[in-house]
Amino acid sequence: MRLLIEMLERNALMPREDMARQLGMSVGEVEQEIARLEAEGVILGYQAILNREKWETDLVTALIEVKIQPERDGGFDRVAGRIARFEEVQTCYLMSGGYDLLITVEGRSLREVAAFVSEKLSTIESVRSTATRFRLKTYKENGTFHQFDEAPERLAVTP
Amino acid sequence: MKIASHVKNIPRSGIRDFFEVVQSMGDVISLGIGEPDFVTPWHIREAAIYALERGRTGYTSNLGLPRLRRAVADYVARGYGVSYEPLTEVLVSVGVSEAIDLALRAVLEPGDEVLYHEPCYVSYAPSVVLAGGVACAVVTRAEDEFRLRPEALEAAITPRSRVLMLNFPTNPTGATMSADELGAIAEICRRHDLLVFTDEIYSELTYEGASHVSIASLPGMKERTVFLHGVSKAYAMTGWRIGFACAPVELIEAMMKIHQYAILCAPTMSQDAAVEALERGAPAMERMRREYELRRNYIVSAFHDLGLPCHTPRGAFYVFPDISASGLPSREFSLRLLREKKVAVVPGPAFGACGEGYVRCSYATSLDQIKIAMQRVGEFLSELRAGSRPA
Repeated sequence: MRLLIEMLERNALMPREDMARQLGMSVGEVEQEIARLEAEGVILGYQAILNREKWETDLVTALIEVKIQPERDGGFDRVAGRIARFEEVQTCYLMSGGYDLLITVEGRSLREVAAFVSEKLSTIESVRSTATRFRLKTYKENGTFHQFDEAPERLAVTP
Repeated sequence: MKIASHVKNIPRSGIRDFFEVVQSMGDVISLGIGEPDFVTPWHIREAAIYALERGRTGYTSNLGLPRLRRAVADYVARGYGVSYEPLTEVLVSVGVSEAIDLALRAVLEPGDEVLYHEPCYVSYAPSVVLAGGVACAVVTRAEDEFRLRPEALEAAITPRSRVLMLNFPTNPTGATMSADELGAIAEICRRHDLLVFTDEIYSELTYEGASHVSIASLPGMKERTVFLHGVSKAYAMTGWRIGFACAPVELIEAMMKIHQYAILCAPTMSQDAAVEALERGAPAMERMRREYELRRNYIVSAFHDLGLPCHTPRGAFYVFPDISASGLPSREFSLRLLREKKVAVVPGPAFGACGEGYVRCSYATSLDQIKIAMQRVGEFLSELRAGSRPA
């Protein structure tokens, strides 16, 4: 089960028959197990990992630190929910330390992200301050490298 | 030029032979590689870079860095239940191959016999011969899952027998031995006063929860055993060339004499990397081990589907299927598979005459490659069958 999840994390598109052979299960059992994980909400979805140097290279991503005035009822959760529901927001974490939420925002341009921050984010009553940082380059994302390809050379036959 | 006759008489490695054919072809999918397809885990490489940054580029003591020897002693005590004195009973060598050579040269008188189980790693018999000994193969069989049977060992012992070499898990068969099975072998060694050189280079790579037992940990064995291990296979560090030998002081002293004049010491930055591997490499190693186990399941199941008998190995990263149903001898099978389907496997006889009828396939290769290779083996077999049908 843990092995099955690890396989899906590395390559969700691996043919179910390959999974079955490696796990010593039948294809039916693998499919059933995956269906169960999906139904129980352990697996929330599947996504492609894109190389932003090759696709929609002008898309900008900002990491925004947000300080929040917690509300009397609902603490951070209600505000976080309000922020996370904007479709510009890709990720939203509650953090320990000097600020409260760390959110990732994607936009077509700097101007678009700036507009989101000034018009949507900052105007929420309990948002006290924001600090926006733009991504310049991605080296590694979700355990996948965008750079640093390693192609070790091996001899074709060794003892 | 005149080459010494005992060197001249050693046949070229069957693997090297085959390698040259593979080299001459492009685009081959190779199941012939006896090393991990993983690159050395980054934290280990980073430790070596740090060693270089600090200018650690000189010689080390002949026996190896004291810090590494302590790490080895801890590792062996923890993982194998045998304790060695780090500063006097551990020698760091250039891979296990060198340590085997040292141990053989340290104990053999001309004509002494060395027993070893076949099919086995290609270097054993030549190393024995180069050390002036006589190599005596004990055949292991597929029906025993290539374990060494006590009766077979006993039958091969003569008054000149001096050393038994063991390699479990085995290259090329992936065979493993349980504590009880090793106990029977140990009893024979004690009774016939044999030394044991145990090459445990694949010992971390065992599957199905099978736990590895070292013969050195059995009663009365530590004092007659040279425990040989290294970081090459489990930590994906073949190119770093770090092995180690653990043995009683007198033996280590004798091995050190040869090592200091022939090699001086193992590479310093590699030794620093080995410390990192032994002390902190376990999680990365475990991830690789699990990956091998999954691929093993895949390749064994694929061979079964093709109708080629293949025992399920519990260690190392090789399968050793019986290809006699193809009607071809191993070498021809391998050459034709290479020429017709561009898949490289190693003919069984490269690992000893009793390997005839088998080929070694390494699953230290990505699953995608294994998958294509197995598809092509399937095509090869059905074309063979179609070709041999009477018209």
